[in-house]
Amino acid sequence: MTKKKFGSLLLIASLVTTLLFSACTTGGGTGSSGGSKGPIKVGVVNNPPSESGYREANVKDMEAVFSAANGYELKTAYSLKNDEQLQAAQGFITEGVDYLLISAAETTGWDEVLKKAKEAGIKVFLFDRMIDVDESLYEAAVVSDMSKEGDTAVEWLLSQNLDEYNVIHIQGAMGSDAQIGRTGALDAQFASGKMNKVVQQTATWDEAEAKKIVESVINSGDDFNVIYAENDGMAKGAVAALDEAGISHGINGKVVVMGFDCNKWALRELKAGNWNYDGQCSPFQAQIISDIIQGKKTVTTKKIINEEKGFDAKTLTDDDINTYGLGE
Amino acid sequence: MKDKFQKIFKGGLGQLTIPIVAILFLVGFNLIRDPSFFSIETTLNNNGNMVLAGNLISIINGASELAVLAMGMTLVTAACGGQDISVGAAAAIAGSAFVKILKSSPNITGFTVVAAFLFACVVAMLFGAFNGTLVSVFKIQPMIATLILYTCGRSIAYWINGGATPTVSSPIINAIGSFIPGVPIPTPVLIVAAVAIIFVLVFHFTSLGLFTQSVGINGSAARLNGINSTFIKLLSFIILGLCVAVAGTIGVSRLGLINHETLLLDIEMDAILAVAIGGNSLGGGKFKISGSIIGAYVIQMLTITLYAMKVPSTDVKAYKAIVIILLVVIGSPVIKSKFQKYIAKIKSNRQRVSMKGAE
Amino acid sequence: MQDTTLLQMRHINKVFPGVKALSDVDFTLRKGEIHALMGENGAGKSTLIKILTGVYGMDGGEIIVEGMNVSIHSPQDAQNKGISTVYQEITLCPNLTVAENMFIGREESTLVRHKFYEKRADEILEKLGIPARAAQQLGSCSLAVQQMVAIARAVDMECKVLILDEPTSSLDDKEVNMLFNLMRDLKKQGVGIIFVTHFLEQVYEVCDRITVLRNGELVGEYLIEDLPQVDLVAKMIGKELDELSDFGQIEEKQYDSKDIFYEAESLSSSDAMPFDFCIHKGEVNGFTGLLGSGRSESVRAIFGADKVTGGTVKIKGEDVKITKPVDAMKHGIGYLAEDRKRDGIIAELSVRENIILALQVMKGFFKPISRSEAEAFADEYIKVLNIKTASRETPVGSLSGGNQQKVILARWLLTHPDYLILDEPTRGIDVGTKLEIQKLVLKLAEDGVSVTFISSEVEEMLRTCSRLIVMRDRHVVGELKGQDLNQAQVMKTIAGGETQNEG
Repeated sequence: MTKKKFGSLLLIASLVTTLLFSACTTGGGTGSSGGSKGPIKVGVVNNPPSESGYREANVKDMEAVFSAANGYELKTAYSLKNDEQLQAAQGFITEGVDYLLISAAETTGWDEVLKKAKEAGIKVFLFDRMIDVDESLYEAAVVSDMSKEGDTAVEWLLSQNLDEYNVIHIQGAMGSDAQIGRTGALDAQFASGKMNKVVQQTATWDEAEAKKIVESVINSGDDFNVIYAENDGMAKGAVAALDEAGISHGINGKVVVMGFDCNKWALRELKAGNWNYDGQCSPFQAQIISDIIQGKKTVTTKKIINEEKGFDAKTLTDDDINTYGLGE
Repeated sequence: MKDKFQKIFKGGLGQLTIPIVAILFLVGFNLIRDPSFFSIETTLNNNGNMVLAGNLISIINGASELAVLAMGMTLVTAACGGQDISVGAAAAIAGSAFVKILKSSPNITGFTVVAAFLFACVVAMLFGAFNGTLVSVFKIQPMIATLILYTCGRSIAYWINGGATPTVSSPIINAIGSFIPGVPIPTPVLIVAAVAIIFVLVFHFTSLGLFTQSVGINGSAARLNGINSTFIKLLSFIILGLCVAVAGTIGVSRLGLINHETLLLDIEMDAILAVAIGGNSLGGGKFKISGSIIGAYVIQMLTITLYAMKVPSTDVKAYKAIVIILLVVIGSPVIKSKFQKYIAKIKSNRQRVSMKGAE
Repeated sequence: MQDTTLLQMRHINKVFPGVKALSDVDFTLRKGEIHALMGENGAGKSTLIKILTGVYGMDGGEIIVEGMNVSIHSPQDAQNKGISTVYQEITLCPNLTVAENMFIGREESTLVRHKFYEKRADEILEKLGIPARAAQQLGSCSLAVQQMVAIARAVDMECKVLILDEPTSSLDDKEVNMLFNLMRDLKKQGVGIIFVTHFLEQVYEVCDRITVLRNGELVGEYLIEDLPQVDLVAKMIGKELDELSDFGQIEEKQYDSKDIFYEAESLSSSDAMPFDFCIHKGEVNGFTGLLGSGRSESVRAIFGADKVTGGTVKIKGEDVKITKPVDAMKHGIGYLAEDRKRDGIIAELSVRENIILALQVMKGFFKPISRSEAEAFADEYIKVLNIKTASRETPVGSLSGGNQQKVILARWLLTHPDYLILDEPTRGIDVGTKLEIQKLVLKLAEDGVSVTFISSEVEEMLRTCSRLIVMRDRHVVGELKGQDLNQAQVMKTIAGGETQNEG
């Protein structure tokens, strides 16, 4: 009896998800003009906006750039699952889009679909994430270089010329691209002895966990003067621990606070002088791809690194917040 | 020494033996490792308040959400013989609902905060009622029933506020999540105490305890004694819903930020563990809420101890698992009865010896 | 004679921890015979069947099939030796076809040769006269046909011994007839059938021989002609008819219809057939009949323990609705359930908590009984009923059966009921406690409480009840009072037949 119930539940659940996803694919641009030229048809396979703040900004950016006003017809499909993404890409090829843009859930399994796209004369762009396929199968890949983000941040930190660097390093989910990239540069400093590792712990992107890690360091009485958190949320968690312990931070504070992702609220913390540095992880690849499509930009190497900034609290402007900040 | 041990195991503490021994063990371990581990000091925080600080405060403060959830989880476990694995996701929904109301008003006043909290309570209770209906009316296994919300809860939380991590900053929110000006004890600790007192009052002024245990131990007999077991099970889920709202509110207020993906992530497993470590049967029936609260502090003390030992981040969960396996196995009926037999043997041996002595 | 013997079980012994389930039981089955295995619950019927089908091992004795000494290790093993069982609950898969059900799990890669098996299934079904088609989904057949398919499956596995365990309990009269015809056909083909049932009349309709068990012992084997129904009941219960004498007669009281406390008209529930019933203030009456006759189901319907499906109920002359236990409790009715462990005690809770439970429910969720009050109640009833417990905080599950029963009695007495239903309150408890409970029942009646008392021991009921309602095959078949209240009359009424006494 219970087995049966469970079975029917699963059935319903899978039905619901299918419906949700099929509903998603119909979203986006619908205005196909009747002119002889017609809009450029673009199919985007992406992760769902609910994945993260980054993704939400990424999706919004795509929708804004590939809008009907700019002469595009946009079709989108969102899923966290590779096989569903593959199906969606297949669907776009059958529908006959002009360009296929992909941010893949997994790096493998894409050969077949991309070959079919090539046969059908559809040009493929990768954004945000690389795929393990031959370069000839896509026009260009517009991606972030996470280790460069780490390098930029560490360079900035070194330029502060502190007497000594006692760093609390709060890592993201172990094994994720962002964690590996942002950890690398700092690890090199620890290895060379230029910086001193007070503690290096993962909070798996969890703000509350980050607070606990910093609390535990404060309680142990170890000295530190830098907090390097691999995203904004964890930096905020760390700062909450400092506030409760009465330790000053930010511009003119005892502890230098560093975060990543450039959420608007985080940049405002910088502006208020509570934090010192925020590293960008740009979700804005759409304009670059659009420029290539419209011939405004030529491709020299297939892997195009999206230029990313690091913001110093002392030089941050309100314009920067509005241009580069994610969220509201 | 042996006598004392016997007394503890023979009855004195009963159900609470395991959690109390566990906490004593952790305290002892830390004192040997670092005698100053439990030292408490006062510091002036960045808001200009004198507050208490130290590992002990971190443990008690950090375990607040877990303790609140463990209390509700105990009730659901007792009544339904199963656990709600959606509490983390539901807390993300409640937290999002809380932030939604706060963000909708131009400036955050005490009234907005109360309204936001009440809204979060209503939302969490509705989701609790949803789970409870599946369990009590449709007789679906609790873990299976709550799997639904576990899976989709954080997506629902996303729909409420969107993908970015909205922040709210207000002295009132800070007072809830951190310290009330002039009070040196972290507010979440006070909230846990308040919730515990409410539970005590509810058990005192209603028959919730007796009815829940009756339904959990022998549903058929409970029904024939006129107890509406459907209602009792549903009620347990709704009460857990309230706990979820409180935990979500604390979680959000700590940092003034809601991240629907990480808020109280994986806390359902810790809450279930707290119930188990507290000596409560996961199969339902008799329960002690106090056991679950201690269980929550055991888990938190374990985490903080591992942090303080600077155990590499990748290994923390593995160490935690080892300790928890030990605790749960020691508390298992098999080991318990073996231990009791052993004690009985020692006793009879001793009696024999003393009898011989008398001869 | 020797040739016709199909199966012999000799000197079978089986001990469960603390209970001797079977001692020295013999059983013989011949070719082409339908053999009824009779006895009350706990007599050892199902233990014997389970030993024969390899579910249990035996502690002594031997099993001989067609002259060969065999040992049976598992149900599969039994099947291979030609012993098949069809249980009360259908154990087939309703979502497969009839043919698939008949052949699944029997040979390798059965379902591949679909057509072949469907053809063979159709042949068997036709031969046995079973109204089903091989390609039909089993779930679309009636329960009786499903049961027959299960039998066909067993027959096709070349079974020599077919065991039918309560096959008729969920069938209607027409379906029962169909089943009996099939049984007679199989009998002609030389199959030996062991038939286990609670329905006495069915035994006389279809069986050739009867073996009676009582308390794990063999009472005897009889040809059907030699054992009238009345004698069968006497053998099952363990009293020879001529031995029975009247004693302890309860004085017949005259009741005014004004004094009726509870009255039901054609009351029925999901488990009980419609029946009429009434009880007066201060009266003790009882339901009697063999187990499975519907006596427990009827009192459960009064209390609203099962889903009430029809009828009207009056309490003190006023129409009331009782659809769930709490309704009955609010009208002053208490019910001590038949199965103490399953429906009575809350084993892990203390004696105190068990005693106050029903009163607490009646007082309501928001008016808890204070600790001190509860302790006083518990102490009072521990003393009044002489409950032997280490303390009032001892978990009730660790008490002896008799004391557990007293705790539940205390629970209901504490609610000061007007009407108390006691279903088998004395089962499995020692003689001393039994007497205490009987005395208590009489005392309650003196105090004006109405009591309905059910016991498997007729003697006990005669000692306490002034009126007995007799049930058979889920119907009320008689009502005895006054001079008719003696064992012989009760037996006759239970057994039915020529001396039926319509109340």
